[in-house]
Amino acid sequence: MTRIHDMGGRFGDGPVTPEAEDAPIFPQDWHARALAVTLACGSLGQWNIDTSRHAREKLSPQDYTRFSYYEKWISALADLLVDTGAITREELSGATQPQDSDLTAKKLTLDRVAGVLAAGAPSLREGGPSPCFSVGQKVRTRRQPENTQITGGHTRLPAYAAGAVGHVVMLHGTHVLPDSAAHRMGEAPEPLYAVAFPASELWAAPEHPGDEVILDLWQSYLEPA
Amino acid sequence: MSLDRTSAAGQISAMPHDSHDHPHSLLPSDPALRVKALETLLTQKGLIDPAALDEIIDTYENRVGPRNGAAVVARAWSDPEFLDALRHDASTAIAEMGFPGRQGEHMVVVENTPETHNMVVCTLCSCYPWPVLGIPPGWYKSDAYRARAVREPRKVLSEFGVTLPESQSVRVWDSTAEIRYLVLPMRPDGTEAMTEADLAELVTRDSMIGTGLPRTPEAA
Repeated sequence: MTRIHDMGGRFGDGPVTPEAEDAPIFPQDWHARALAVTLACGSLGQWNIDTSRHAREKLSPQDYTRFSYYEKWISALADLLVDTGAITREELSGATQPQDSDLTAKKLTLDRVAGVLAAGAPSLREGGPSPCFSVGQKVRTRRQPENTQITGGHTRLPAYAAGAVGHVVMLHGTHVLPDSAAHRMGEAPEPLYAVAFPASELWAAPEHPGDEVILDLWQSYLEPA
Repeated sequence: MSLDRTSAAGQISAMPHDSHDHPHSLLPSDPALRVKALETLLTQKGLIDPAALDEIIDTYENRVGPRNGAAVVARAWSDPEFLDALRHDASTAIAEMGFPGRQGEHMVVVENTPETHNMVVCTLCSCYPWPVLGIPPGWYKSDAYRARAVREPRKVLSEFGVTLPESQSVRVWDSTAEIRYLVLPMRPDGTEAMTEADLAELVTRDSMIGTGLPRTPEAA
């Protein structure tokens, strides 16, 4: 089974409503604060990007659906902070006064912001398994779009592309495997490929015979076809 | 392994948090109050610096946005050597223009041609190339765009006022990893005499996501 975030190809969402190019970046002040608090807390070093994505995906389907984008962020952040022990449930609910933390030395200070944002967090790694597939080769994705080690765990294979045959169009090098890193089981880097699927492979009624969808997929998601 | 639990059968499960024990439910339900409560607690605990938050917001509100990407595109249209560098290693070429960083660590530029139109989505969350395009617009993060861009890109494009010829195929890039895609639109006709700075004015945000086309010189 999939989670609610895996919505590619879903029916029933209605039209896209584009905003003007010059619409405000943060329509509400709290959107900006939510983004900034989340980024700043990332510097505490208690999780990685895969853990934080998984925290948003773990919101209940009801919450995921009714929450706006930044509500998902701030709610998942609160969950992560408690899960990692950076704050307690009692502090969050106001039942106890905030206690001293041993993470304060890692606090993102003003002087470090520019450097942290400019550095980012590359996922490319040296070493790891050798590539099994080459550009042009036909591959098939895993039949179940699931984490193979953690039931209900994080994965980046969308359901709409499970069990589909495509061909490799790029090799991106060796990258951290989200299925492992999200669950603190190590980075387990693997070769990462861009794989092109004909629209007719994915959809019963493709819009155009020549259209394709391309996904970035890790080696363990793929087998020769 | 604090985020997961082991079941009686010994299989690791990520499911327990699906119930109503989420800590976030302890926060106020109003989102603005929810953010404020968390920010206040984290500040009191010495885990965040409000001045650093202001700096992050200022960065993405005023300094990092689609004008960066427009400069990359205009230069690619004007400078064949830079275009080669982009094709060879877009991450380095873009970083050397002064746009490195978070959510743009691994960049790939995909070029529109008369045969192929490229369009970018992230169906699983809202991955987006921040250093060149800034924070994604609301529609990019919407369920409708995430759900529909892969199945019916041409219908979605029509909602942006874009109609592609039958002779042009659509390639939709679903950003499932840490690779961030920037669409290089085709240079509009009638722009041969324009400077790089003037060309950049033709490059819209949506044209670099692939849901729009660059402005024509007459419209600019």
